[in-house]
Amino acid sequence: MPELAISVRDLTKVYGEQTAVSHATFDIPLGTVCGFVGPNGSGKTTTIRMLLGLISPTGGTGTVLGEDIRSPEKYLSRVGAMIEGPAFYPMLSGRENLKVLADLGGFSYSRVDSLLIKVGLGDRGGSKFKTYSLGMKQRLGIAAALLPDPQLLILDEPTNGLDPNGIQEIRELIKELADNGTSVFVSSHILSELEMISEYLVMLRKGKVIFTGRTQELLGRQNSITLIKPEYQVDLNRLVEITKGLGYEIRIENGSIQIPVNAEFGAILNRAAFEAGITLMSISTQQPTLEETFFEMTEEN
Amino acid sequence: MLNVVKAELRKMKRPSLLYVNIGILSFLSILFTSLVFLRTGSSLGNRKGGSDSIQTAESLGKFDGGYFTFGLMSLFLGLIALTVFASQSSNEYSYGTLRNLLVRQPSRMKLLGGKFFAMVVFAFLLITFVAVLNIGLSFAESGHAHISTSLWTSTKAIHGFLTLYGNILLATIGYGLVGMSLGIILKSPMSAISISLLWFMVLENILSAVLTSAAKWLPGNALSAISAGGAKIFSYQRGLLMSGAYLLLFGGVATILFKRRDVAS
Repeated sequence: MPELAISVRDLTKVYGEQTAVSHATFDIPLGTVCGFVGPNGSGKTTTIRMLLGLISPTGGTGTVLGEDIRSPEKYLSRVGAMIEGPAFYPMLSGRENLKVLADLGGFSYSRVDSLLIKVGLGDRGGSKFKTYSLGMKQRLGIAAALLPDPQLLILDEPTNGLDPNGIQEIRELIKELADNGTSVFVSSHILSELEMISEYLVMLRKGKVIFTGRTQELLGRQNSITLIKPEYQVDLNRLVEITKGLGYEIRIENGSIQIPVNAEFGAILNRAAFEAGITLMSISTQQPTLEETFFEMTEEN
Repeated sequence: MLNVVKAELRKMKRPSLLYVNIGILSFLSILFTSLVFLRTGSSLGNRKGGSDSIQTAESLGKFDGGYFTFGLMSLFLGLIALTVFASQSSNEYSYGTLRNLLVRQPSRMKLLGGKFFAMVVFAFLLITFVAVLNIGLSFAESGHAHISTSLWTSTKAIHGFLTLYGNILLATIGYGLVGMSLGIILKSPMSAISISLLWFMVLENILSAVLTSAAKWLPGNALSAISAGGAKIFSYQRGLLMSGAYLLLFGGVATILFKRRDVAS
């Protein structure tokens, strides 16, 4: 039994002169939810395609569920995947589309109807795929990915086109699968969602892995933000001067001063303000969100 | 591979594909049978070639009269196979569904082989339907045309029918394989179908008329020779050989591309 759901070493894909993925190296333990993040064009989908045997790596090695990615037939029966959005036959119903994939993988038809219900398409399974909304197509894609009752689920932007309820349902579904021992590797642009569900993260920028590890480890690396607010707004400028005098970079937002320092500096600031005769209405500390960390690390704003 | 065949047949039994093709073939069968049987002995003729090629009650009363109109359907069966095979293979690229298929069946050769066998089954079923319909219609219309059907059920007639059936099946699969190969190579149903139809329906006829020496090298003529059991410019054996060479070329290129090409969309 492998301990890693996915493991890649120096995985590289080059198209002509362009390097889509460059020496990517990361490990994803079994039974975890791992977020896969990066700006558009950073190589996420190319990496996923290589993991699924759809394209051949130019270099490097990798394993999925302990099997070499150059032999996808050894592991794909245990993997569910939705890549680059849902793609189905428009003239077939959602149910028939799933049955095509069930035929192909040798899965029981009994899963088809239960999965349609699970993803909220129980009453529309008989409608043609071409009549589905984007959200319904996305749900069908997720149902198709779940068809083999997978040990590893790879989802590329599963919440695209879903309304807030749909996004919440997918989040709950991923949590439920993870609780039952399914490993989930999920890319998404909705970083707040990933922050809520991902124990691990792999972050890409321009084809290179810039972070791999526990989500909390990444967030813990970033400075907290301390917010201070004077009781009287007239004291704001003096408070800014005091803070700058202590050597901190600041930002003013909604009458508060934001300082990228940890909570222990709150006491220093409080004392300095008190000595200057300024009463503080509040001092609070905020952890940076994944989104803020992402922007900082990928240099995009 | 059986799983792939099953999955492909599920796609091909969709009403928009199955009923439309059955409708077209039924219409053509009724049209041809009516024209041939209702106009026996007409001075205007009742088949290609006009008054020089009149099918009379006597000629239709021979052992091959019962499946005469089935033989006329061979080109249409070929063209339908070509369009169906081309669209079924290229749509996987245009819909983006190939990636789903490859995730569920990562062996590309099994996938390709299964697709091909499923299409052969589809062609077989269509040809059988057309054969049964044409022979049935011929029997039904023989009474009006005062044609004797006593020889239509003879051993010679059954042997002749089975030979024709086998030849039409071979030629139809040949046309289908060309369509399937072009579908994979071009990745677009519109391009694959329009280019192949343009070639078989227009360019090859023009080339045959203008360059008579080239006629015996053209793939459409070779496939026609197979379905007809041999033709003036092509013996049956030469038809088989030439068709085999062309199909090996097209099929080989398509197979290599299908096996090696990255599935990037």
